[in-house]
Amino acid sequence: MPRREDLESILVIGAGPIVIGQASEFDYSGTQALKALREEGYRVILVNSNPATIMTDPEMADEIYIEPIQWQSIAQIIERERPDALLPTMGGQTALNAALDLVREGVLEQAGVELIGASREAIDVAEDRERFKRAMTEIGLNTPHSALAHTFEEALAIQSGIGFPTVIRPSFTLGGSGGGIAYNRAEFIAIAERGLDLSPTGEILVETSLLGWKEFELEVVRDRADNCIIVCTIENVDPMGVHTGDSVTVAPALTLTDKEAQRLRDQAIAVLRKVGVDTGGSNVQFAIHPKSGEIMVIEMNPRVSRSSALASKATGFPIARVAAKLAVGYTLDELRNEITGGRTPASFEPTIDYVVTKIPRFNFEKFPEASDRLTTQMRAVGEVMAIGRSFAESFQKALRGLEAGFDGLNERIPAGPVGPDDRERLENEMRFPGPERLWYVADALRHGWSLAEVAALTAIDPWFLDQIQRLVEEEETLRREGIEALVPTRLRSLKRLGFSDSRLATLLRVDESAIRSLRLASGVKPVYKRVDSCAGEFPTETAYLYSTYEEECEARPSARRKVMILGGGPNRIGQGIEFDYCCVHAVQALRADGFETIMVNCNPETVSTDYDVADRLYFEPLTLEDVLAVIELERPEGVIVQYGGQTPLKLAVPLALAGAPLLGTPADSIDLSEDRERFQGLVAELGLTQPPNRTVRSAQEARVAAESLGFPLLARPSYVLGGRAMEVIFKPAELEEYMVRAERVPQAMPVLLDRYLDHATEVDVDIVADGERVLIGGIMEHVEQAGVHSGDSACSLPPNELVPDLQKTLEKQVTLLAERLGVRGLMNVQFAIQDDEVYLIEVNPRASRTVPFVSKATGRPLAKIAARVMAGVSLAQQGYRECATPRHYAVKMPVFPFIKFQGADPILGPEMKSTGEVMGYGESFAEAYAKAQLATGVMLPFSGVALISVRDADKPQAIILARGLVDRGFRLVATRHTAEALRSAGLDCAMVNKVREGRPHVVDLIINREIALIVNTTQGREAILESRSIRREAIHQKITYYTSVEAARAMLTAWGHTQDFKVHPIRDWLSGGKGN
Amino acid sequence: MADPALLALADGTVFEGVSIGRAGIRTGEVVFNTALTGYQEILTDPSYYGQLVVLTTPHVGNVGTNAADCESAAPATAGLIMRNASPVASSWRSEITLARFLEIRGIVAIAEVDTRKLTRHLRDRGAQNGCILAGPDALQDHERAIREARGVPAMAGCDLSENVSVAEQAPWVEGSSFPGEARALDKRSRGNGLHVVVYDFGVKRNILRLLVETGCRVTTVPASTRVEQLVDSLRPDGVLFSNGPGDPEAMTDAIAQAQAWLDRRVPFFGICLGHQLLALASGARTRKMKFGHHGANHPVLELATGRVWITSQNHGFAVDETDLPANLVPTHRSLFDGSLQGIERMDVPALGFQGHPEASPGPHDAAGLFDRFLRLMQAHTAQRSRNMDSGAFRAET
Repeated sequence: MPRREDLESILVIGAGPIVIGQASEFDYSGTQALKALREEGYRVILVNSNPATIMTDPEMADEIYIEPIQWQSIAQIIERERPDALLPTMGGQTALNAALDLVREGVLEQAGVELIGASREAIDVAEDRERFKRAMTEIGLNTPHSALAHTFEEALAIQSGIGFPTVIRPSFTLGGSGGGIAYNRAEFIAIAERGLDLSPTGEILVETSLLGWKEFELEVVRDRADNCIIVCTIENVDPMGVHTGDSVTVAPALTLTDKEAQRLRDQAIAVLRKVGVDTGGSNVQFAIHPKSGEIMVIEMNPRVSRSSALASKATGFPIARVAAKLAVGYTLDELRNEITGGRTPASFEPTIDYVVTKIPRFNFEKFPEASDRLTTQMRAVGEVMAIGRSFAESFQKALRGLEAGFDGLNERIPAGPVGPDDRERLENEMRFPGPERLWYVADALRHGWSLAEVAALTAIDPWFLDQIQRLVEEEETLRREGIEALVPTRLRSLKRLGFSDSRLATLLRVDESAIRSLRLASGVKPVYKRVDSCAGEFPTETAYLYSTYEEECEARPSARRKVMILGGGPNRIGQGIEFDYCCVHAVQALRADGFETIMVNCNPETVSTDYDVADRLYFEPLTLEDVLAVIELERPEGVIVQYGGQTPLKLAVPLALAGAPLLGTPADSIDLSEDRERFQGLVAELGLTQPPNRTVRSAQEARVAAESLGFPLLARPSYVLGGRAMEVIFKPAELEEYMVRAERVPQAMPVLLDRYLDHATEVDVDIVADGERVLIGGIMEHVEQAGVHSGDSACSLPPNELVPDLQKTLEKQVTLLAERLGVRGLMNVQFAIQDDEVYLIEVNPRASRTVPFVSKATGRPLAKIAARVMAGVSLAQQGYRECATPRHYAVKMPVFPFIKFQGADPILGPEMKSTGEVMGYGESFAEAYAKAQLATGVMLPFSGVALISVRDADKPQAIILARGLVDRGFRLVATRHTAEALRSAGLDCAMVNKVREGRPHVVDLIINREIALIVNTTQGREAILESRSIRREAIHQKITYYTSVEAARAMLTAWGHTQDFKVHPIRDWLSGGKGN
Repeated sequence: MADPALLALADGTVFEGVSIGRAGIRTGEVVFNTALTGYQEILTDPSYYGQLVVLTTPHVGNVGTNAADCESAAPATAGLIMRNASPVASSWRSEITLARFLEIRGIVAIAEVDTRKLTRHLRDRGAQNGCILAGPDALQDHERAIREARGVPAMAGCDLSENVSVAEQAPWVEGSSFPGEARALDKRSRGNGLHVVVYDFGVKRNILRLLVETGCRVTTVPASTRVEQLVDSLRPDGVLFSNGPGDPEAMTDAIAQAQAWLDRRVPFFGICLGHQLLALASGARTRKMKFGHHGANHPVLELATGRVWITSQNHGFAVDETDLPANLVPTHRSLFDGSLQGIERMDVPALGFQGHPEASPGPHDAAGLFDRFLRLMQAHTAQRSRNMDSGAFRAET
C-alpha cells in the first residue's frame, strides 16, 4: 500500500529535555522521522521544547514550535496548524503521554486529527500493566506472576504462591522507595510491612523475582499488511535485576540456540499483533531462565526507544525512518534498505558479522549522597557503543570509549594478595552490581576466583565470564613475559582481542608511545570494515566503518578535500547533546561547502552517528590511538577538535604533536586558556580583572592562599568540564576537608582557589571570530547568581537586567580575548558582575553548551558559521557583520535528575547536575521564563502556604519575594531567622522549627502536605547538610521548590504567563513578526 | 595452541587460520551462510553435502551442540569456516562442545579467518571450490591446497542424492521436541493420520517433525524408490520431495519419479531441491546461481496476498522463470533478487517452495505451507472418497 494521499500535514511531538532514560536518541529518531515525512511531501509540524536538538533546526520541518510539551500548548498548535495527523511515537514516553492527554481532553477528536503510528488502544494496552498482563495471558505467553496486596495477610498469601526470592514494590512511592527483594520469610515480613506503611495508598505489588534470569530485547517492525521483521536481538550481559539502560548489552544475541531465538521471534511478533502496533517499531523485552529456558514477557514499548536507536546503529537499519514511512501507509516491501543503496528492500532482517557492545555511562560521583547500586530504575546518563569482529575486541573498544578513566579491564583492586576486606568488597560488587561490576569481575578472576563462583554471584552467563577470563589470562601472561614477548604475531593477536596500546603499555610498564612505535614497526595496523546490514551479501557504498585487525580494508578513502570532525563520545552530565548538535552543524556546513566530511564518534544515541549525516562515519572510540589510525588512513586536510566538548579537546595537543592538521584556534591557545597560570598572565597582559585566585597543590598551600584571598572561596581541580568537584567554601575547616578529598584522587591535579563573588550576576557570551572580526553571537544573563554552575542556571537572551553599557564592556573584553588568543571559530566567555565590576571567570575557545540555544534564540547558526570560518571562509565572506539583538526574549532552563537519585541533595552549586535543558520564547522575559518553566514540567501552585527559609545574605531579597507571594494570595511560614526578618518587614508570617530545633519541624509540615511552595537557600557545608532533608522531602512530595531567591523572584514575575501564553512557530519569533 | 589450518580457493586465494576439531583435508564448493544462529542445524543439513560453509556470524560454538538440534544423521557439511570458534559452550541445552561435535562428525574446520573478506570475495566472483587443510604442517602446503581445490568436480551436473538418502524405507514418528517450535503451524488443520511419503534426497529432520506435528503419518523412502514400488503398498495421501544437495538437472531418475506421481495426481510438495525437481518434472528449467541463497533473513513475497515472509534459504540452483510451462504458476518471489521462490501446478495438486518452510535454522514465517499441503491432501482424500462413494453407488445400480 503506497503513501496515504488523504493526509496533507502531520504534527510530530518531540521528547523534550534530556532526562535520564530519555536522551538524545530521540533527537536521532525524530530527525530521521522528519526527513522521512518531508521527502514524502507532507507538511510537517514539530513541537519540542529542547533547543539543543537537530530536529528543531529551522530547515527540519515546515513549522517548528519550541514550546512546552503539554496538551494545552499542543492544543494551541493544533488550533493554529490544523494538522491531519499526529505522530506520537518518535518522542519517547513524553510524546506518548502528551498524545494520550490530547485524546482524553478530546482535542484530537474535535480538531479531526488522526493518531498515526500507534493507536490509543495499543498505547493503553502496552502501558497499563494489568491490561498488558491479561493480553499476554490471552495469547498464551507468560508474564511474571504478581498481585496487589492491601493488607499484610494478603501479602503473605500472595507470597506463598510465588516462592522466594520475592520482589515487593510499594505503589506510588518515588523511585521504588520502600521496595526490595526478599530472600526469606523474615525479610519478606520486614519489607512488606515497611512497604504497606510507606505507600500512600497502602498497597504493595508482590511479584516473582526474575533476578538472575537472562534478559533479551527484540526490536520489531510491523506494517499495516502484518509483515513483521526483527531488526535486532540485543542480549543483556547484566541479567535481570539491572535496568536494561544500565546494563552492558551486546548484539547479536550470543547465548541462544536457533530454536530459542526463533521462539523469541515468534513471541515478539505475537506481542505486537496482540497489542495492536500495526505501523511502526516496538521493543519487546524477555527474561529467560538460564537453566530451563522458560520465557517471561517483561514489557513492550509501542514506539521507537533507546534500544531501537541502539539497534539501528548496531545494524545499519534506520528503524525510526522506516517507522515513519510505515505510519503514512507504506508497507515494508515498498521501502528500500538505504544502506545497501536500495539494492535490497526494507522487508528483511538485518544480519551482522561483528559484535556490538554497549556500556552505560554513569555520573554517580555527582550525587554522592545517593546509592550507586544498580537496580530496576535507570540511572545511566549516557552510553558508548563499540563494534568489533569478536566480543573481546568490541568489549575492549567499548571499555576505552567509555572515557571513564579506563583503557581496558583496569584493576579496581590492586595487584597482590587480597585481604578479607578486599574479598568482601569483591563479593559485594559482584552480588550487588554498581557501575563497575565487570571490572570487579575481572579482578575476582585475577585473584583466583573460579568462574563458577563468579557466575553464582553475578548470574552473568558463563560465556561472557569465560571471555573476560581469557582477557585477564592474556594480561597476566604478558605481564609475566615482558615486552620481549611482543613479537609481531603476538602483538597482532593481542590487538585482535581489542587491547589498546595504552593498556599494553600499562601492563608492560612502558610508555604508550613505545608500544605504538613497536606496533607500527611490526606492521600491525587496523583495517576498516563496513556496517552494511547484510554481512557482506550485497555491496554497499555507505561508508559506515569500524576498525578491526584483519586482512581486508574496505575503507577506500577518497581523494577529495576532506575535514574530520571528532565527536563527544558518551553523553554525561556537562557534556551532552549540545556538543553533538555542534558537531552535526560542522558536518552540515562543510558538506554544503563541498568538503567530504568524516565523523568519528562512539555514541550510539546521537544524530552525528547516523550514517547519512557525514559522508563517512567511523564508529570508533575517541582515544589518541583510535583517532590517529583514522587520520593516517584518511589524511584529512583538517581536523576539528573544538566541537565535541572536553573529549576531543583533550586530544588537541597530542594530535598536534603527532602532526594532525588541526583547524581553527591553535592548540596552544586552548592550552593557554585552560592552564590557570598561563591564563593569569594573559589576563594581566590584557588589563582585565579576574577574581583573586591561586593554584595550590597541598593543604598547606591552600591554607596560605586562603589567608590572602579571604573566604568564601570557589575550589576546583584544573581541567574539568561540568564543574566536576567544584565547591563553594566558607570556612577553613571546609577547605581542609576539600583538600583531603582532592589529594585522595588518583592522578591528583592542582586545585584552583578563586575568591567567590557573592551576589554577582553571571553572564555567558558566545562569539565567532575569524582573525579579522568578532561576531557576538549572544549575551546571556543568568538568573541564578554566580556560584551556580552555568549549565545549571536559567539564562536570558537578551539580558534581562544587564545595562547596555555593561554589555558594551563585555563585548570589548571578549573581542580583546579573541584577538589575543587568535581564535578562529567559536569562543565562550563567562563573566561575573558584582557591583558593576566585571570579572572574567572563564574563557573557552571551543564550542560551548549554549551554542544551540543562542542559535535558536537569534536564528544565527553559530556552529555552522564558525565551522566555515575554520575552513577558511571569513565572516565577511559569509555576510556576517553586526550582532542584531532579537526583539523577543529567549530563556533557557535546566532540568535535573534528582528524582532518580534517592538521597541526593537537589541544591545547586558550582558542580553541574542538570541533564538537559528547555527553552521558552516570549515577548517579555516574564513570558519566556514562564514557558521555559512549564516546559521543564514543574507544576506551579496558585495558592497555599509558601515556606521560606533563606541564608542571611538572601534576606533582603526574600522580603521582596515574600511580598510578591502575599500579593498573589499565599500565606507565609518561615524558619526562625527568616520569619523574624519577614515580620520586621511587616509581613504576616508563621514560624516553624528547623529540624534540629525539635518537632513539629519544617519537614513534618512538608510531609503533611501543608506546604505548596518552598524557597530554601543555604550556604556552607554544615548548613547544607542540615537543610538537605527539606529539599529531599520537597522532591519526594513533588512540591515546587527553589534553591535560589533569584529564580523564585523570576518565577513570581512570570507567574501570570503560565496560565496565559501564546504559542508561535520559531519562524515568527525569528522574523520578528508574530502576526496571528 | 591449536594447530594451524588454511583455506585455499580454486582461484588461488589463501586464508590462514587455526584448526578446530580434527586435523585433515576437505574439499568442496565454498558457500557463505549469513544466519546469525543455527550453526548446528547448518552443519547437519545434508543439503550442504560436499560443501565448505563459511558462517558470517561472528561467534560460532557458543551454545555447544545437542542431539535434538541435529537435522540429520547423514553426512552433511564437509568443512566449516568461521571467524571465532568458542572454546566453551554455554547453554542449558548443550550436550557436547562444537569442537568435539566436529570431531565426531568428521568435519574439518578453520577459525580466525577474515570471513568478511572471504564472503565479499565469493559474492563478487561467485561460489567456487576450495580446500581446507588443517594440521600441524598446514601452512606449509599452500600449493597442495590450491591444487586440491582445483581438482574438485564442479557441483553442476552432480547427482549427490545417493550419498545422503536413507538406505531403506522407514516410518518417522518423532515430533518436535522443542516447545514452541510447532507454534507457527495452524492448529486448525490436523492431518488425522494422512499418510505422507517423503522422498529422502537428504531430508532435514524438521520437515519430518513438522509433518508429524500436523498429525500426518510419515514414511521416508530412499531417493531411488520407484512409484510402482509404493503406490499400492503405502497408498500415500501425499508425496513430499525433500531438500538435498546437487544439481537437480542431473537427477533424471528423480525427475521421472516426480512426473509419475504428478501423473497419478497424488498431492505433491517439493521443498528446495524437491521444488526444483517439481519444476523440472513439469517442463521448466533450472540454472546454477552465482553464489546462491544461504541464510535466514531472505524476504519472500507471497504473490497471492502481498505478504512478505522472512525465510530460511539454502540453494545454489534455482528454477528459471523465463520460460515457465503454462501449467506452472509462480506463487512466491525473492525480494532480494526477484528469483522464483514458489510454484503451484494448475492441473494437479502440487506445490513447491524454494526456501525452507521447516526453518531450522531460521524464522517460521513459511510454516503455513505445511498447512497448504495438508489441505491439498484433505481435498484429495475427500475427492477420492466421493469418487469411491459414487463408484459404489454405480456398482449397486
